[in-house]
Amino acid sequence: MANREQESASSNALKLILAWGFVGIPLAWGVIQTCLNALKLFQ
Amino acid sequence: MSILSKDRIIAPPGYSRWLIPPAALCVHLCIGQAYAFSVFNLPMTKLIGITDSAPEDWKLTELGWIFSLAIFFLGASAALLGRWVEEGGPRRAMFTAALCWSGGFVLSAIGVYVHNIWLIYIGYGVVGGFGLGIGYISPVSTLIKWFPDRPGMATGMAIMGFGGGAFIASPLSVWLMSRFSSATHVGVAETFLVLAALYFCFMMAGAAIVRVPAPGWKPAGYVAPTQPKKLITTQNVYVYEALRTPQFWLIWWVLCLNVTAGIGVLGQASAMSQEMFPGQVTPIAAAGFVGLMSLFNMGGRFFWASMSDYLGRKNTYFVFFALGTALYALVPYTGAVGSVTLFVLAYAVIFSMYGGGFSTVPAYLKDMFGTRYVGAIHGLLLTAWSAAGIFGPTLVNYIREYNVTHGVAKAQAYNVTMDVMAVLLVVGFICNYFVAAVHERHHMALRPAGAPAE
Repeated sequence: MANREQESASSNALKLILAWGFVGIPLAWGVIQTCLNALKLFQ
Repeated sequence: MSILSKDRIIAPPGYSRWLIPPAALCVHLCIGQAYAFSVFNLPMTKLIGITDSAPEDWKLTELGWIFSLAIFFLGASAALLGRWVEEGGPRRAMFTAALCWSGGFVLSAIGVYVHNIWLIYIGYGVVGGFGLGIGYISPVSTLIKWFPDRPGMATGMAIMGFGGGAFIASPLSVWLMSRFSSATHVGVAETFLVLAALYFCFMMAGAAIVRVPAPGWKPAGYVAPTQPKKLITTQNVYVYEALRTPQFWLIWWVLCLNVTAGIGVLGQASAMSQEMFPGQVTPIAAAGFVGLMSLFNMGGRFFWASMSDYLGRKNTYFVFFALGTALYALVPYTGAVGSVTLFVLAYAVIFSMYGGGFSTVPAYLKDMFGTRYVGAIHGLLLTAWSAAGIFGPTLVNYIREYNVTHGVAKAQAYNVTMDVMAVLLVVGFICNYFVAAVHERHHMALRPAGAPAE
């Protein structure tokens, strides 16, 4: 029972990392590109 | 198809609710591309001439209709199909949105290839617009049901994605066009096809991940408030019954006026910064200013919606309207004293509240009308966005034009506009003031025979 709960928790953690990485990485890339563009305001 | 039905996506025990925001973001990050459509405008005026526009090439005025149609059909489809989205569940809606959104790009690619602008109007404008509307409302009620303890934060995350979608789409589209372009070719059609494939996969990933909570599910440790709060109902209002309440129309105006004030200056931000600070803000710096404002627009969506869980929805809009009025009144002063820093700071807060207005409204509707039909009611409310999309830019452009033609210096041409925006926000404040709890005769459980079952 405890083993099954542990397996479920680690599987959930993996799914969370994959799901958030799937949306987070492209979003972070886009935000960095926009920040680089926004820096021109201060140049 | 049964695989898409609501019954097939009930979450098993142990399913983490934190998988739902990324599922929603998969959709919103894709449809947020709409804000970046303008990157195609210039290349699409050179499809025949390649380096310069040929006489047979499309004009910018013709191309401007593509975005306008898409935003119009966003509002129309969200209003028309809200109940269908609500009753069919988020997976069916996300799948349909993926088909429409990607299909719109494919049709547009064909339109570019055969040089027929009507195919693009129908593709991106109508079919894509339906994808926008269905996709925008598809995760709203699901998120609210998974996060009864923090509905503002949950919907704020998804709607932040809509603001952030342009950040990805804009550089990605420019890069793809540079890869596909040649001496004889601009590369727009191929870029549309690649985007169609990418967005389809991304949105289908969201549809695959999304789940609805089992009936009666509550987050661990969450205790529903035992004492009913004045402005947070525990009842539900049927989607079309909401239209008969003054609260719906008051919130409609609250959203419309908040968006009108923001959207009007959003389109003019680059020109305004250069004209108010001639010699101080160059065109390159102005582009940086627009980028910075987009970041605050996106960040405000998450920040203000999350804050509304603590401040309350009505108080959050009071902050938008009171602070917004003061800041719009301050903008002409920043021009008069020549302070670019103060100008940028004022607009940073204004645009954060513009974004916050979009992301806080689903939770406001949930507080007023309950969770059962909140997605569908939100769909109906999005017509306020479509209306504001016409009011805002028209107001700003015409007032500026009137001032310039009547001899007002360009640097001062926006002063009246700012005053008008401040007045609009005062009206919004008054509308928000009159929002009270929905009368119990509108609640579903109390409705007479003929009303749909809860």
